[in-house]
Amino acid sequence: MKKLLRKIFLADLLEGLWVTFRNQDPKYIVTEQYPFARPKVGERYRGAPRLNTNPENGETLCISCDLCALACPENLIVVGWERNAQTKRKELVNFTYDTSRCMFCGLCEDACPVDCLELTQDFELANYSRDGAIWDRQMLEEGPKPARYKF
Amino acid sequence: MAETYLDSTELVLNMGPQHPSTHGVLRVIVKLDGEKVLGTDCVIGYLHRGVEKIAENRTYTQFAPYVDRMDYVASVSNGLGYCLAVEKLLGVEATPRAQVVRVILTELNRIASHLLWLGTHALDIGAITPLFYCMREREYVLNILEKYCGARLTTHAFRIGGLQYETYEGFEQECLAFCDMFLPKADEYEELLTGNRIWVERMRGVGILSAADCKAYGVTGPMIRAAGEKWDLRKAQPYSGYQNYDFDIPTGEFGDNFDRYLVRMEEMRQSVRIVRQAVAALPAGPIMAKVPKVIKPPVGEVYVSIEAPKGELGYYIVSDGSTQPYRVRVRPPSFVNLQALDKMAKGCLVADLVAIIGTTDIVLGEVDR
Ligand code: SF4
Ligand code: SF4
Repeated sequence: MKKLLRKIFLADLLEGLWVTFRNQDPKYIVTEQYPFARPKVGERYRGAPRLNTNPENGETLCISCDLCALACPENLIVVGWERNAQTKRKELVNFTYDTSRCMFCGLCEDACPVDCLELTQDFELANYSRDGAIWDRQMLEEGPKPARYKF
Repeated sequence: MAETYLDSTELVLNMGPQHPSTHGVLRVIVKLDGEKVLGTDCVIGYLHRGVEKIAENRTYTQFAPYVDRMDYVASVSNGLGYCLAVEKLLGVEATPRAQVVRVILTELNRIASHLLWLGTHALDIGAITPLFYCMREREYVLNILEKYCGARLTTHAFRIGGLQYETYEGFEQECLAFCDMFLPKADEYEELLTGNRIWVERMRGVGILSAADCKAYGVTGPMIRAAGEKWDLRKAQPYSGYQNYDFDIPTGEFGDNFDRYLVRMEEMRQSVRIVRQAVAALPAGPIMAKVPKVIKPPVGEVYVSIEAPKGELGYYIVSDGSTQPYRVRVRPPSFVNLQALDKMAKGCLVADLVAIIGTTDIVLGEVDR
């Protein structure tokens, strides 16, 4: 009898609707308003790569040891260096990083002995061409500059 | 003439590879008699990336991120299986702290995987609302993963020999807060679905796969448990310290779609139990065991399997003593479970076929590799 009444009054469907109704409460809204509000990603987020420089004199921290290039499973890092004839030290000439093939696994970052190469919290990597995905040293040192729109 | 109009020959229909309810690029060739399915034939390989071949050209450390891309909704489990296999090959064991953190993250990932399954499967059956709720709760898990290792889906959270990252501040509290928050939500999903007449009618008695059939096909995971078999590798051959936790293996009775749904719901609750115990038992100490910088395992071969959210996930690795594996073979649960589709689908209706594919819980990245 109870079952029949439940059936007639569609009780199970109404129960479901009640759950839906309860969830109208604004405290359950979790949608992010990107790009109006940029989400804050975790501190360890593995996003756009960056070559860190010395904050005092702007010189690169990279010692051209090539360890990041060796660690990368995709072989996408190319470290170009030259030996300085006077100081006998390696000097970084160019550094290319192909973000289109990178899977942001973080192995290169772990391999770097001087905390130069770092995967940062920038996550906007889109660009208009395939060539644009290959970052050179200047781009890596300055970081990506995604357009910020005003609404 | 009337006969040519009302032709009663079999109809062969293509479902997929871009059908929204095949959860990826699966193509099913369906033989139909009207609405009735006479037989199915799966065509796979649209997402083949040659992961096993890639392994032969990478060092052991370098290959670890690739396994995340197989079952991308449960990448932590994939990583765990691979790390355990290489550790066994090397003869090292992760430190106690690393093992407990691994268990916490794997169980959280199991919840995330089941939530995604529940949401998308409910969508297939025609219930849109659970999808939004499931995604919302899954977000909490993904946030924990993001804060822990820096990525949400393809996590690369574990390294051979332990962990790369120490837990962040507030990790335990966040895990416990998620557990507290999640249990009432799970009840809410059940309120929406378990009693819902449309849901029950669509699922009950559809896609039955008996325990004997499961064994014959090698089907594992929630599917064999739904058939009443108490088979869970976490209990059967404990790894990563699962023997220290107290949890039950939920089983079904009939092995139909509805039982699979109930088993997965209960599994999420059991995962919450494990997470709570693991957080309480989190020991201090190092997170990385002593492994050489260049991993060069001795000549030999191993097979290690773990209980991934979808079933038994196995890694078979052959080492020839160099820094690169000679051969890596993955036993993906989805691929094996998918074999039983024809058995389950014979005789059902086309609409039920969607439900059956749904409860098989396949991820095409893993089927095709
Ligand atoms: S994040 Fe991984 S794939 Fe990308 S450059 Fe570094 S090592 Fe290579
Ligand atoms: S590992 Fe670091 S220091 Fe060495 S080449 Fe790469 S970025 Fe430079």
